[in-house]
Amino acid sequence: MTRFVERHPAWALIIIIAIAVALWLIFAVWPPGLEEAIGRKRVFLNALFNGITLGGLYFLVASGFTLIFGLMRNVNLAHGSLYLFGGYVGYAISASTGSWILSFIVAFILTALVGILLQVLVFRRMEGQDLRQTMVTIGLSIVFADLMLWACGGDFYQIQTPNWLIGPIELPLITAVKSSGDPVYLRYPLVRLVIFLASAIIGIAMWLALNRTRIGMIIRAGVDDRDILAATGVRIQIVFVLVFALGAGLAGIAGVVGGTFQSLSPGEDIRFLLASLVVVIVGGMGSIPGAALGALIIGLAEQLGSVYIPTYAIVVTFLIMVLVLALRPQGLLARR
Amino acid sequence: MSVTHDARIQVHKPAATAQRPAVRGWPDINNPAAWIMAVILLIMPLIANGFFLIEIFATTLILGTIALSLMFLAGYGGMVSLMQLTIAGFAAYMVAVFGISGNANISLGWPWWLAVPMALTLATIFGTLGGALAVRTEGIYTIMITLAIGAAFYYFTNQNWAIFNGHTGINNVATPHFWGVDWRADIPFYYVVLATATLCYFAVEYISRAPFGLALQGVRDNPRRMAALGFNVNAHRVAAYAVASFIAGLAGVLQVWNYRQISPGSVSVGACIDVLIIAVVGGITRPVGPYIGALVFVLLRTFALDFLVKIGLDGNRFRLLIGLGFLAIVFWSSDGVIGLWQRWRQSQVREENRPGGGRGHG
Repeated sequence: MTRFVERHPAWALIIIIAIAVALWLIFAVWPPGLEEAIGRKRVFLNALFNGITLGGLYFLVASGFTLIFGLMRNVNLAHGSLYLFGGYVGYAISASTGSWILSFIVAFILTALVGILLQVLVFRRMEGQDLRQTMVTIGLSIVFADLMLWACGGDFYQIQTPNWLIGPIELPLITAVKSSGDPVYLRYPLVRLVIFLASAIIGIAMWLALNRTRIGMIIRAGVDDRDILAATGVRIQIVFVLVFALGAGLAGIAGVVGGTFQSLSPGEDIRFLLASLVVVIVGGMGSIPGAALGALIIGLAEQLGSVYIPTYAIVVTFLIMVLVLALRPQGLLARR
Repeated sequence: MSVTHDARIQVHKPAATAQRPAVRGWPDINNPAAWIMAVILLIMPLIANGFFLIEIFATTLILGTIALSLMFLAGYGGMVSLMQLTIAGFAAYMVAVFGISGNANISLGWPWWLAVPMALTLATIFGTLGGALAVRTEGIYTIMITLAIGAAFYYFTNQNWAIFNGHTGINNVATPHFWGVDWRADIPFYYVVLATATLCYFAVEYISRAPFGLALQGVRDNPRRMAALGFNVNAHRVAAYAVASFIAGLAGVLQVWNYRQISPGSVSVGACIDVLIIAVVGGITRPVGPYIGALVFVLLRTFALDFLVKIGLDGNRFRLLIGLGFLAIVFWSSDGVIGLWQRWRQSQVREENRPGGGRGHG
């Protein structure tokens, strides 16, 4: 942190001012002039929270993507299909058993199994041929998309939120003050907050596992130089299978999450593939903290953009990607 | 960036050496098959009726030209760009916006000879800018960035009503009509498409043997050495994007004239990926590959439904068929259909040359 401030004093100042302005916007009661200029505070806070929770969902999808890329140099363009597959599995489980938690577990296990099969049957045969692997994932995503359309049809599905999570919760954030002087607090859906917390916990757990455990050490070594790692006697194929299973399973969990607070339909696979592409390009390929930062930026840009400049929300996301590519082609938090 | 150093398409040594003697002249001039093909294409209106002429052959040539621009980038430049269809779609939109269409509040009503150069210029600029962005990275990153550009354009056209008219798109686009000929009538249009495709084909073939093309292939094989030799690697790559964008733009203009309308559906992510499939299935080492791939694709797209129903399967599984075919090609022949054909030819030749005849024993 101090090194960053020493090396880029101007940037550090801009970032500090931006954080201060954001904190003031969140916690202060807006003066009437500001409300007239950019709308009510409740709208802003809702968009902000939607952006952050959407960022949590994007992080779940993109972290698996970036993990697989970081270790195996495999741009898995079928990742969106894994997301959608997990969502459909979760829907089937929650519709038949009524248990929301169980749908997460089953979706994780089944998509992880698909990931293991992919790694063992397909990608192991063409190791080191990055471009060919990518092409194969494109072909697989087409096949998966059509198979899922065959099995599930073109309808919209939504996974039922469990009873104990339905309904809003009051947050200690004042959106406005009534004429009588009573403060009005922000009400926000509980389920989105819980899901965001869960994805934050998953992110921290992944970070800890990567940085504090032996298997994490092996994975990090593999990201840096997998040939040398294999030469030191680590059975790298097993590590590959494990990481692929974890990445795919995370996509499956994300599918259940997405199916709960959005909906599942054909085409969502491409949407989330695109989202994870942009997230990892912005954050830096192969970096978990990068995926978190990228997901937060893209989620916020999408939600705030759709509130304040509805026509060009997608373009804002895209402009962020262009800006990052122009200034820092390797991504914001990539090491190289 | 060293990790993606080996990510570019492997050069196929046999193909490269096979082309070497032909470097001085046109390689096709002594090939009877090429002449027969040319004659068949020229007299096609005598053989095929309107449906086959436009829906199969003209569509094949248009899609093939878009895929040709991808083949040029991927085969000679080592850059797999998924935004070629986006550039074509951009040119198509620009023709509709600047030219005459049913949406009078959007179209500016320029005559076609003004709207088309404008559209081509803008499409080339668009593609070059996208390329300049994409060359900042290498290998598989290029795929991701161009895919992101294509997807962003698709969502943008869906949301923007001022220029792109949202998800309904622009309908009733006027087609050129001069010298007393309606150039969108089946036979004249077929010849317009054929002429454009031929031009693009020979232009790509010429460029591949011109100094620029040779330098580009050098950049593909070893960018570091080319940089050390004094070539500006990125400038060559961006220039390749400019050429490819122009070709894709031409195809886009033909496409909007063909369907007389353009909507976000024609620039969707799936369609972008279709172009990659066409190029890869045909083979991305030679310019003829994309056209073969496009023919296979169009035939499948048109007849797969009837075929699948006939053998007792669900006719809607056309994309499954395409996907499986693509997977098979990627698995077994990295050089597409031409690669399979060449391998088959070589095995035939080997069998004939084998002393004593390999078939006699047993």
